[in-house]
Amino acid sequence: MANVTVLFFARYAELAGRASAAVAVPSPATVQDVVRRVRETVPGAGALPERPLAAVNLRQVKLNAPVQDGDEVALLPPVAGG
Amino acid sequence: MTHLTPNRIVLDSLLAEVQGPERGGTCVFMGTVRNGPEEGGVTEIEYTAYDAMADAEIDRMLTETEQQWPGVRVALRHRVGRIPVGEASIAIVAAAPHRADAFQACRHIIEEVKRRLPMWKKEYRIDGTTAWVDPSGKPVTHGP
Repeated sequence: MANVTVLFFARYAELAGRASAAVAVPSPATVQDVVRRVRETVPGAGALPERPLAAVNLRQVKLNAPVQDGDEVALLPPVAGG
Repeated sequence: MTHLTPNRIVLDSLLAEVQGPERGGTCVFMGTVRNGPEEGGVTEIEYTAYDAMADAEIDRMLTETEQQWPGVRVALRHRVGRIPVGEASIAIVAAAPHRADAFQACRHIIEEVKRRLPMWKKEYRIDGTTAWVDPSGKPVTHGP
């Protein structure tokens, strides 16, 4: 299993009612697997998009990127800096 | 160092990070919290960030820009927290030997910020409502 920390921000944090969650997914796993697990198991997170922007360990990645045990996976609403 | 600050942006200290005797042109971009006709009574915008990634992303943007325009020095501050209308949310400074590179580097960075910086903003309105803002500038949710 890969145990990862999932971070939620802005509107996604409001939907999930939390800023983070610990999630376990069978290895080998991708970011999409983590998103699927989050939407299924975290109350409120079912309202998150099926294919959100995501980052692993501070870098934006595609949803087919692999995740490893201990990774930090962030689910990012459309960015609006500036 | 962090590029994020909860305090008002001080341009002089930012300029000091990039200016030098060999750089004759400096370009400054400031983004300011706005309440125009299309905003509908915005009083403040609250900026939140994925702080660690935002700092890392800004480091990467600045490095990439200085590699793309050799001789250019760039710096950026992005404010976080609630910012009233009329105050700056972001400042970018670019200094170069000549003005063309300073303008191009400065423009490049603000476009990269818009495209990839993990930050979000929530509008606070005079009628007490709030709304997350999507990249197209349209509110996406409302609440008390």
